[in-house]
Amino acid sequence: MCLGIPGQIVEISSAEKKLAIADVSGVRREVNVACIAGDGPVDDLIGAWALIHVGFAMSRINEEEAAKTMEVLKMLGEAQEEIEAMRESQKMMEQAS
Amino acid sequence: MKYAEEFRDPKAAKGLLAQIATVIDEIGATKEKPVHIMEICGGHTHAIFRYGLDKLTPEGLEFIHGPGCPVCVLPMSRVDECVELAERPEVIFTTFGDAMRVPGTQKSLLQAKADGADIRMVYSPLDALELARRNPDREVVFFGLGFETTTPSTALSIQQAAAEDLTNFSVFCNHITVPPPIKVLLDDPHMILDGFVGPGHVSMVIGVEPYRFIARDYGKPIVVAGFEPIDLLQSVLMVLEQIRDGRAEVENQYSRVVPDEGNPVSIAACEDVYEARPTFEWRGLGEIDSSGLRIRGKYARYDAEEKFGVGYGKGLTRFIPEPEGCACGDVMTGRLKPRQCPQFGTGCTPEMPLGALMVSSEGACAAYYQYGGVEELEAAE
Ligand code: SF4
Repeated sequence: MCLGIPGQIVEISSAEKKLAIADVSGVRREVNVACIAGDGPVDDLIGAWALIHVGFAMSRINEEEAAKTMEVLKMLGEAQEEIEAMRESQKMMEQAS
Repeated sequence: MKYAEEFRDPKAAKGLLAQIATVIDEIGATKEKPVHIMEICGGHTHAIFRYGLDKLTPEGLEFIHGPGCPVCVLPMSRVDECVELAERPEVIFTTFGDAMRVPGTQKSLLQAKADGADIRMVYSPLDALELARRNPDREVVFFGLGFETTTPSTALSIQQAAAEDLTNFSVFCNHITVPPPIKVLLDDPHMILDGFVGPGHVSMVIGVEPYRFIARDYGKPIVVAGFEPIDLLQSVLMVLEQIRDGRAEVENQYSRVVPDEGNPVSIAACEDVYEARPTFEWRGLGEIDSSGLRIRGKYARYDAEEKFGVGYGKGLTRFIPEPEGCACGDVMTGRLKPRQCPQFGTGCTPEMPLGALMVSSEGACAAYYQYGGVEELEAAE
């Protein structure tokens, strides 16, 4: 929860609500990009890497930083935990609907 | 150097370790009279143990593990209130998985779920919002937990709920802030703290300015650090150099991610949604002034405390002592090492935690347990 996880923005799902789809180690998940959107068009974020905390992209990082961070998170076991939490949450939402 | 090979850049790590050893000598620190550096953030605590940094660094350097794990400092009374909310028949209680096993006086959320409460683990408050949209006949309560890294996400979710005029979504707000407990520790005459390694991701949101008082008012160095082991070693070196040179400054080792001014969108959202509570209880540390956030009156309908009448000023007695034999308070303030707690590894394990420091992998006791603390304990016996 505290360390976040790097992901790449691959698609904008709602420019108005500042929501986008991020790819986190192969898991696609909707994230809020309000904190990294700046003043430019949200579409500019496609392809960008960001540190994602509980579904909110909090800081833009470059690809190298993303890779290094992912490596540390994997060693700490936090990456697996975080991705698992994303999957579980998605599963729960599917069952709920 | 058992773990040094695991570093992505072992050569750089060895170079930094050698420099740290030199500066420790220059300061004149020894095993008997070590320099005490507190890493505030639980993520750093975890990384220090995982990479064995406490063993790789010289004996003249001692890490004190700070209160920066939101799960660990969550008081029992708040867990009880979570259970109270979750057990209401109309409520779907949503929480991060980390909080499920924190013991309350009667039960944890995990036990409450087993007893039939509708508790759902979510990855994000966005999922809680979505559950509220899909279940208009139920009340969805989100358990807002965490330091400055997660406070903006809850604030933005409340703003979103207000924009949509959702009426069945609310937040049980337990967000807390890093600087107040640091001030309490610095004011404690029994604490020996010579410098700090500051939490990188908290600063990503609030910037470095909120730590200024540590250098200015208390004359202690603080270096905001990243999470790679190399980042940590470099930050420790920067703190030590300040101590050696008689400087006390706020330095930013993690500037590639942390802008000095933080994230303006996050800061504005938090400013809009929260205000400081007069005081908030921390497990092991007691009540700390202005250390917790509550939801402002203008968003009262999204405040679960207001909506359901639980929480500060609503229930009976607030303070609940720690369980018998638990040394969490002393460990949290650095007075005892986890293995010195009589419950460590026997009455308290990650599977069956007695104290909260054993619940999350960022808690000092869980980190000790996971990475060799138990072997040390056995070796010492
Ligand atoms: S071992 Fe358990 S009871 Fe003892 S200080 Fe750690 S968390 Fe608390």
